[in-house]
Amino acid sequence: MTISAVPSGYRVSASRPETHDTVTLFLEPTGDPIARYVPGQFTMLYAFGVGEIPISISGPAGEHGLTQTIRAVGAVSSALCAATPGQLIGVRGPFGTSWGEADAAGQDLLLVAGGIGLAPLRPALLAALDQRHRYRRIVVLVGARSPAELVFAAELQEWRQRDACVEVTVDKADGTWPGNVGVVTQLLGRADLDPRQTIALICGPEVMMRLTARALLAAGLDRASIRVSLERNMQCGVAECGHCQLGPLLLCRDGPVVSYQVAEPLLAIREL
Amino acid sequence: MIGVSPAELAAHSFARGLDDRQVAQLAARAAGIHVPAGERFFDEGGPAARLWLIRTGRVALDLRVPGRGRLIVETLGPGDELGLSWLSPAAQWQFGAVAQEPVSAFELASAAVVELCEADHELGYQLTRRLLGTAISRLQAARIRILDVYAAPGQWAGGKR
Amino acid sequence: MPTEPITSAGAWQMPAAGLDNLYAALRSAGYRVIGPQLSGDAITLGELESARELPFGWGVSLAPGGYRVRRRDDSAAFGHSAGPQSWKQFLHPPRERLWSARREGGEFEPEAAPQAAERLAFLGVRPCDLRAIQIQDRVLGGPAHPRSGYANRRAGTFIVAVNCTEPGETCFCASMGTGPEAGPGYDLLLTELAGQSEHSFIVETGSAAGATMLTSLPLEPADPGTLTQARDAVTAAAGQMGRSMQADGLPGLLAASHDAARWDEVASRCLTCGNCTMACPTCFCTTVEDVTDLAGDHAERWQSWASCFDLDFSYLHGGPVRSSGVSRYRQWLTHKLGTWHDQFGSSGCVGCGRCIVWCPVGIDLTQEVAALRAESEAADPPPDGPR
Repeated sequence: MTISAVPSGYRVSASRPETHDTVTLFLEPTGDPIARYVPGQFTMLYAFGVGEIPISISGPAGEHGLTQTIRAVGAVSSALCAATPGQLIGVRGPFGTSWGEADAAGQDLLLVAGGIGLAPLRPALLAALDQRHRYRRIVVLVGARSPAELVFAAELQEWRQRDACVEVTVDKADGTWPGNVGVVTQLLGRADLDPRQTIALICGPEVMMRLTARALLAAGLDRASIRVSLERNMQCGVAECGHCQLGPLLLCRDGPVVSYQVAEPLLAIREL
Repeated sequence: MIGVSPAELAAHSFARGLDDRQVAQLAARAAGIHVPAGERFFDEGGPAARLWLIRTGRVALDLRVPGRGRLIVETLGPGDELGLSWLSPAAQWQFGAVAQEPVSAFELASAAVVELCEADHELGYQLTRRLLGTAISRLQAARIRILDVYAAPGQWAGGKR
Repeated sequence: MPTEPITSAGAWQMPAAGLDNLYAALRSAGYRVIGPQLSGDAITLGELESARELPFGWGVSLAPGGYRVRRRDDSAAFGHSAGPQSWKQFLHPPRERLWSARREGGEFEPEAAPQAAERLAFLGVRPCDLRAIQIQDRVLGGPAHPRSGYANRRAGTFIVAVNCTEPGETCFCASMGTGPEAGPGYDLLLTELAGQSEHSFIVETGSAAGATMLTSLPLEPADPGTLTQARDAVTAAAGQMGRSMQADGLPGLLAASHDAARWDEVASRCLTCGNCTMACPTCFCTTVEDVTDLAGDHAERWQSWASCFDLDFSYLHGGPVRSSGVSRYRQWLTHKLGTWHDQFGSSGCVGCGRCIVWCPVGIDLTQEVAALRAESEAADPPPDGPR
């Protein structure tokens, strides 16, 4: 199915604040929905008169509508975060490569999320939990800036009830946080994974992904078993504007999910 | 206070790579303890004289700041060492430590550890390597936390680039 | 008029005046004819009102950072190269409206910009530029973009290519395998013979559309001597290139050169002005932005040419990823000659030399590549024997 250059209209059916600067929008198509999407993919979301930005899909594949979690860091994202139920926004997509979480069938599936990186990982986790029997252990490690900046906080317990091991840590605690304080890599020791039988999906700021990948390599995982979600300036989503290049990769087409075997040498080049 | 068998100590990640004789020497100076949730291991400013190897449970390192209350600096869990300040000349706890959950650990007096290392330099080298490794990885983690990698551009220290 | 049946095989010849017939035939087939013309101090591409507007007798002198038109000894119409523009401005315009929408009561419905049924005839496409069009076809017109403006314009384009018999001082198409003889992809192919007693053209077709056009031209079967003369001139041109590029192994060389000292050296000269990307016939990058009216009720999405030399090009999370000039020059050259292969299956460079001519400080990528090779070989000399 071809991807249109013209956005499809989606209406905000609900808006849920996750943190002081992050919102999850629940969207319903006004006409035909966009093509079937898979975990890891993103859409270009359009705010009328402001602009268009790439946002990872944060809801389960197979919904009629779309769930997208946006952090207000600029003009377009702020406009999207301010969208109210009933408001129309534009959607193009889906674009990009998939997490491929099903490749961990019969093995351990590890998801490591940093900050808003939990949003693009959530569809992969939900897909895996839907097929829980296919996996050995499912482990989710979440790092957040502070307790107030934890996204999907209300769902963590439900994931534990569905037999995922979920550990959370914050970089900086407030006065009441009863949990772990420290960087997310410090949780890896608790994961009790078999490094020869683990597929690891990492998403978060690039620095966090590099550190986590390095720690996983030190723990004995193969580069090819580690997948990261890379990010660059994206405008067209269809590999014709040239902005999202990372060396040989066009991230809207060859990413954003990339094997660490491919990503590692590219991330090591300064200003690539 | 309960005695610790070499087999029990060998199961802790701190002992990985030590030979049987070295494990036995450490075990002979270790005690098994259980600390209920909420109880303190030590206060900031107190004399630093003990080392703990955490087996289960979570310990919070904290600091009291007037106007901000009690701040948690970092938490430690199974497999982690608690109490390194005795290694520096001042030998004074820089932070407090409190059990956030019921904690089981092996406790050693730092004086006993130092005496053991002075008498057996090979064991001393092994223990120093491990403690140094722990210090380095906590330093690296602290540096990353200072960078505030999850911050939005407007939240970067010093404002936007 | 020819007395024998026209077939698409074979070579024909016509006098220079036949260009008028060609022009008329293209116009009556509904094409607007785009071709070179002398405009001020340069030979530019624009819509022709007649074949007379071609730059007969004008040539160019080229150098790094230098372009001058000059009077030729003959009256060749196509005896020039590396003008400031390429055909990409017609297929992939500098500014294009993608869609627009009006907002009423919070509702809006984006409407794609109407695509005019454009029929353009390109008269005088050099072999390097013909290959450049095909390279852009790969990027902008493939199966992923069936309804794009590019695909629409490209479908209605008629190409009259011209073989090269006189390469410019900065040309290196032979090194890149794109000339001086035109590869497939043209509708008609001309080879100009202007130095002799009679100004004439060899004419060949490359498509059914081209064959149809032949019936309107004053053709005779090509005289064997004349044909040989034309073929020889093209063959000789391959040995007269002003520059050469050692093109084998470039992707590997560039992939291994990220930390080369040469980048610092070239960056000390490069102004990051982006002229090279504007003049290059294959550079395709664009940026998209929203344009609204003052009331904020009418919005349009406009796509315009962008350059990887722009500081904003790689903007991410509060700043550019590629902020130094070093990283931006490295990106351009590595993409053009190296990672283009990974992304689109061929080199991005056709050896037209425009980037050398139109660089205000005269950076010559053939020299840069030679320097990178030398640096790489000094660090890691190749084993003795055949490479």
